[in-house]
Amino acid sequence: MMVVENTIDTFDSPPEERIGKDKYETDAMWIYMGPQHPFSHGLWTLKVRVDGEIVTDAEPVIGYLHRGWEKEAENREYPKIIPMADRLCYSASMTYTHLYCMTVEKALGIEVPEKAEYIRIVADEICRIQSHLMWLAAVGTDLGNLTIFLWGMREREYWLDLNVRLCGQRMTTNYPRIGGVRNDTTDIFDRDVMRCTERFEKALWDIIDMIDSSSVYVSRMKGISRLTREQCANLGVTGPAMRGCGVDFDLRRDDPYGKYENIDFEVPVLTEGDTYARYMVRIEEMFQSCEIIRQAIRKINALGKNAPYRLKVPSKVPAGKAFCKLEDPRGESLMYLISDGTDKPFRLKVRAPLFTNISASRPMVKGVRVADVPAVMAMIDVCMGETDR
Amino acid sequence: MDMSLYPHAVAMSAEEFMDWSTLVINDLLSAGTKKTVDKLTGPVWTWAMKNSMHPLHWGLACCALEMASASTTRHDAERLGIIYRSSPRQTDILLINGWIGKKVRPAIRRLYEQIPNPKWVIAMGECAISGGPWYDSYNCVQGVDQIVPVDLYIPGCPVKPDAMIDGFMLLQKKIGDYFNRGVFLED
Amino acid sequence: MMDTEAIYQEPSVSEIKHLLENKFKGKVAVSKTDVRRVHAEILNKEDVFEVCNYIHDNLTFEHCSMVMGADMIDHLEVIYLLTNYYSGTVIEIFAKLPLDDLHVHSVALIWEGANWHERETFELFGIIFDEHPKLKRLLTPDTYTFFPFRKSYKLRGQE
Repeated sequence: MMVVENTIDTFDSPPEERIGKDKYETDAMWIYMGPQHPFSHGLWTLKVRVDGEIVTDAEPVIGYLHRGWEKEAENREYPKIIPMADRLCYSASMTYTHLYCMTVEKALGIEVPEKAEYIRIVADEICRIQSHLMWLAAVGTDLGNLTIFLWGMREREYWLDLNVRLCGQRMTTNYPRIGGVRNDTTDIFDRDVMRCTERFEKALWDIIDMIDSSSVYVSRMKGISRLTREQCANLGVTGPAMRGCGVDFDLRRDDPYGKYENIDFEVPVLTEGDTYARYMVRIEEMFQSCEIIRQAIRKINALGKNAPYRLKVPSKVPAGKAFCKLEDPRGESLMYLISDGTDKPFRLKVRAPLFTNISASRPMVKGVRVADVPAVMAMIDVCMGETDR
Repeated sequence: MDMSLYPHAVAMSAEEFMDWSTLVINDLLSAGTKKTVDKLTGPVWTWAMKNSMHPLHWGLACCALEMASASTTRHDAERLGIIYRSSPRQTDILLINGWIGKKVRPAIRRLYEQIPNPKWVIAMGECAISGGPWYDSYNCVQGVDQIVPVDLYIPGCPVKPDAMIDGFMLLQKKIGDYFNRGVFLED
Repeated sequence: MMDTEAIYQEPSVSEIKHLLENKFKGKVAVSKTDVRRVHAEILNKEDVFEVCNYIHDNLTFEHCSMVMGADMIDHLEVIYLLTNYYSGTVIEIFAKLPLDDLHVHSVALIWEGANWHERETFELFGIIFDEHPKLKRLLTPDTYTFFPFRKSYKLRGQE
């Protein structure tokens, strides 16, 4: 039996050099990863063309969860679309309802009370942390480290408890309303939030310690699937995947919405462009979210208990066009509303960040080994509800 | 009943085998063997199956996140023996947790047929039961029981992990009924 | 007087309005400007590729946020939203398409991120993007022959 001498197994060799270097004679074949596949977190197929063990081509197939969300939104009154917007990206539901309410408020031309803005910021950041923890748990299972799955989900349960204390539901919360939020925070909410952030930062350092000390885990991510800054910007990749490639852009800092200009935080940006960089950006974002939550809670306390948190809004939206952008945990999400003066939208379009991130899977996956494909695709954090709409 | 013919079963034609095996079965039935075996082993299969329900590791939509939460430390479905398996050949239960688009129907049917008997199908969440909030969609199937036969419906949107575990405990009762009915020589 | 051929990395909103109106006299009409927002209309759909090329090369709008279609009953519209990563400015630019001629030049060659957005607009509205690398159905099954998001297609509760 022939022994394959593999002389090109360093982290830094570019993927193009590795294609076709094995000594066996191999045929290229297409492998369908999905729709039922343990790595695909969400219902989609990634067809990869494999030559030996190196991937030479890829094509994602989506649309298994398409329900015509935007067409159904034209059939419902404005407040009824809020629970529908929750189920767009079920892992990060609070940000989509926030985005929808912002868009309708912009079309109405009203300004939401300050307390509601800060409560929405806290809810958004809780949603971001909880979504990143779900991602971390999924990454752990993909790379074979099941302890991270359990530890990540354990931490996530504490953040979901905060959601329950705020509005009664764990996920798909149906909490923001057009004109504010559904209910005020309780008296002890700030105490619970502060306790949770303190506990979480210690637990996150434990998880990071466990990951960084495992060379197997790190070597599966370092040097794999590099993208340059220009490639990233042209492909339309947004979110932590883009910030791991060197594009220094975050909607909360550069195009602020909803009182984010009063909050002081840093945006993690790394320039290596490989899987490990995209991974580290998300971990650092969780720490920054804790910081944002603490500042926003202090501002809520400064406003006092009797500040208004919701406005009454008319049911008919004047005719016109309006759009709003928001920094989703997965990237840049956008809603565009064309209204015609009735109480149902005329056209409501959703731009989901993962729609474009998944279309960029071809350059990301080219040149890596088949066994690395789950690691690469896990770093863009797939959630198919928003991709297929 | 001529048991000396047993090792030569491959030498018989199909009709000869049918005649010979009918004789064997009738002898066993009349002697009460099937009833005895059923009575002895029914509880054993029930106990084994109830405490090791293996669903397919397949997440469609929102309820899939709650399915994942059910196997974590707070709700811990593994203490009931619920371990998710990646290949449909190694599972007992097909758990549909999300809305069904028209593109995914052949995949569901194929997965259902790939799961070996005995199998159960659980429709988890409003979307799998009846289409849920997407009642007027052009691309959503209004309930998964139009494609595969469903044994258990768990309501909720999304289904809380506690409710999902409660549903599995109801399924344990159904599994008990299936085996205690007697399945020796049934196929 | 600004140089319309120079490359600007971080143009301000008033500079963008000035440059677009001067470079494409009579072809582009800027309707309103806001903080980090420019709203414009391309009056003839044939000029879409040229204007988008200019916005990408000279004004450094590296990111195509979205390409969408809208059915305005007597005509269809294609709306482009483009972002600048250095200043956070967004240009919203749209073109009207008459019902009998639903062809427009694809911008997938300029921004690779617009590729799937144009495919989706094609399968939901029927707008054909010329010279798109692969204009096939993406989200709906291949057997569908209708365009679901047009106003002429009614859902179950809409009659």
